[in-house]
Amino acid sequence: MADEIKMLKVTIDNITIEVPQGTTILQAARQIGGEVAPPAMCYYTKLKGSGGKCRTCLVEVSKGSEADPRPMPKLVASCRTGVMDGMEVKNITSGKVTDARNGVVEFLLLNHPLDCPVCDQAGECHLQDLSYSHGKEGTRYEFKRRTFEKHDLGPYIQLHMTRCILCYRCVFVADQVTGKRVHGVLSRGDHAEIATHIEKSLDNDFIGNVIDVCPVGALTDKTFRFKNRVWFTKPVDAHRDCPNCKGKVTLWQRGDEVLRVTGRKDQWGEVEDWICNTCRFEKKHVNDWVIEGPTKIDRHSVISQGHYTGLDKPKETFSAVHGGRAPKLLMDIHSVSEVNRPGIALSEIQGPATSDTFNIDKQA
Amino acid sequence: MGRKLLLEKAHIPGIRSYEVYRREGGYASVEKALRMAPADVVEEVKKSGLRGRGGAGFPTGMKWSFLAKPEGVPRYLVCNADESEPGTFKDRYLMEFIPHLLIEGLIAASWALGSNRTYIYIRGEYAWIVDILEQAIVEANANGWLGKNILGTGFDCQIYVQRGAGAYICGEETALIESLEGKRGNPRIKPPFPAVKGLWDCPTVVNNVETLAAVVPILNIGGEEYAKIGVGRSTGTKLISACGNINKPGVYEIDMNISVEEFIYSDEYCGGIAHGKRLKACIPGGSSVPILPANLLLKTAKGETRMMHYEGLADGGFATGSMMGSGGFIVLDEDQCIVRHTLTLARFYRHESCGQCSPCREGTGWMEKILNKIEYGKGQLSDIDLLWDIQRKIEGNTICPLGDAAAWPVAAAIRHFRDEFEWHVNNPELSQQRNFGLAHYAEALTTV
Repeated sequence: MADEIKMLKVTIDNITIEVPQGTTILQAARQIGGEVAPPAMCYYTKLKGSGGKCRTCLVEVSKGSEADPRPMPKLVASCRTGVMDGMEVKNITSGKVTDARNGVVEFLLLNHPLDCPVCDQAGECHLQDLSYSHGKEGTRYEFKRRTFEKHDLGPYIQLHMTRCILCYRCVFVADQVTGKRVHGVLSRGDHAEIATHIEKSLDNDFIGNVIDVCPVGALTDKTFRFKNRVWFTKPVDAHRDCPNCKGKVTLWQRGDEVLRVTGRKDQWGEVEDWICNTCRFEKKHVNDWVIEGPTKIDRHSVISQGHYTGLDKPKETFSAVHGGRAPKLLMDIHSVSEVNRPGIALSEIQGPATSDTFNIDKQA
Repeated sequence: MGRKLLLEKAHIPGIRSYEVYRREGGYASVEKALRMAPADVVEEVKKSGLRGRGGAGFPTGMKWSFLAKPEGVPRYLVCNADESEPGTFKDRYLMEFIPHLLIEGLIAASWALGSNRTYIYIRGEYAWIVDILEQAIVEANANGWLGKNILGTGFDCQIYVQRGAGAYICGEETALIESLEGKRGNPRIKPPFPAVKGLWDCPTVVNNVETLAAVVPILNIGGEEYAKIGVGRSTGTKLISACGNINKPGVYEIDMNISVEEFIYSDEYCGGIAHGKRLKACIPGGSSVPILPANLLLKTAKGETRMMHYEGLADGGFATGSMMGSGGFIVLDEDQCIVRHTLTLARFYRHESCGQCSPCREGTGWMEKILNKIEYGKGQLSDIDLLWDIQRKIEGNTICPLGDAAAWPVAAAIRHFRDEFEWHVNNPELSQQRNFGLAHYAEALTTV
């Protein structure tokens, strides 16, 4: 067949796979999955032209291709570099990459306010994940951090520019999804900012998607702001008949209350289908939706913690550590306690136990 | 006396006008080129060994032969006149005094590359040069060197001058292309290279002013003859814009076969260090290349005389060498403070970073703040190591070479002048009082 797609062999961290021509290193690594996939803060599969800016996905190409085996002189952005046949890539197996990535994380956090305790994105923030996996515990930056004024972008979206890492994803969304971009990047260098010329002017039907693509808490949903923490809400897949979009969404519920509606995200945190503003901001009642079932989220450990899977009790390990003894209940501490006088049986105490209960001198 | 090819006629009165330029033998190269096949012109440039004069020194002929030539797609030639590198002002001189040389080179190159629309992207600050160039284009049009059916060959070409808005980053070829398209001047992510997808996604060649002007003498005297000037892979003549603490700052044309010592001390060129002071350091190729202390500037690490050509200046790599760069030769005498100097450069790069990729956006600002702290006597010794670490993490990890350009000066300053940084940290009050560093880098030298 003439138009058969050529399959290329690529080795990433010593794992070899075959991918069709035109695949980027990042996509190939994601097919392998796990630790091998480089983190990406600015690349977004659905947005054409995105990527290459944040530099977190840098990888080392130790062998260019079968035809030209020379290694590439610099680390390359895996999201924008296509694979070649016989290419060998080092991601987590390369010290250079780890070092550069640590540097990039440090740079990204340099002017980031680190206001996670009051940030709505906390818990599902890619920058948070990235700093946990590649960051340092402290900062070497000792100067005043750069700050910006908060801006209202239309009735539903709040821009908190101080948190922005300038990934340009929202710019690409406005370009490619809404077709009419009224915001962009003003100024340059470290004072570059996402802004509109006219305040409150983002009113396109699909502009809400900028919230979903924002990797940090720079663009937040005003209907959800400060309502709850994401890890307290339960994500549920749902759909509705929407004239504008596919209507396939994730509802974030607390009890029966729908606190937030977002697009459905895949395991890399990218939305599967863009949703319209009506679905996102106005349909905040369970009756508006047909519930499909709980959303499985494996990327953000905080959200998925204990929601559906229950607690895994470490049965084998415990007895191994205790030398064959089965784990005891917490109350059993009493029986070995020096302070609380094991001689007094807890079950025989009348009413709630106080420190006086065990104090023989006071009793006497 | 070195051979002059570009500036040979620059001082003839009235050379700016077409009549005088033509009388002095101008546009002969266009006549010659249009009788040749385009591929032969490219071949001639290849033979000449001409290397890009904008800074990277990539062989021009090879760059031209990489240009993709798909059917039915226009190709573009863009002249990069966005000369924003601090210390570099050679293109300004060329365009201001002998504008027809650039126009002539552009027409010949457009023929070679098959570009019917050729752009000169000039930095906004060169406002008066825009008028000079446009006047030259009008004259070339009126005399049939531009427009439709040039010299009866059926080749159409028009040159347009586009002003930038004064951003350093727009001198980077892909940022220049973006800016030319009317967008924000952010560098593109390569590949694809402009030779495949450049201006409006069409194959494009971006060349420096001096490179394109050099096409004229190459065609006039022949590529092989041109290649005989200079040494090894550094062929032809190069414009050097010398500035700083020298007696005779200005633009000099050198054939690349003289020593750095001769260039600084000879009366034909810089004429020695001003006010009888001693040489301390020099940036030989525009602000972004590594600075060299006097001892390493005049002699290479192996003890040989350092020559003014691509290989000579790069001898020793970054450890003990530097780069030819764009030819912005900045000389520092014994009273100059390297910390302050590095701070000035760091401030420039912070201001000019486009803010697209994180290492450059955040790193340049951080370096400036730390240098500021050291310069104003509040630094710590650990700051010097921190600076080193920051520059190391910027270099090579950015989209475009601006990150490298910001990192190299800081790296080289610490590499060669670490004790001056330490002196600043250890003597905060003294460093405030006398705003110059330690002078012991300067070696007493005899004038050539």
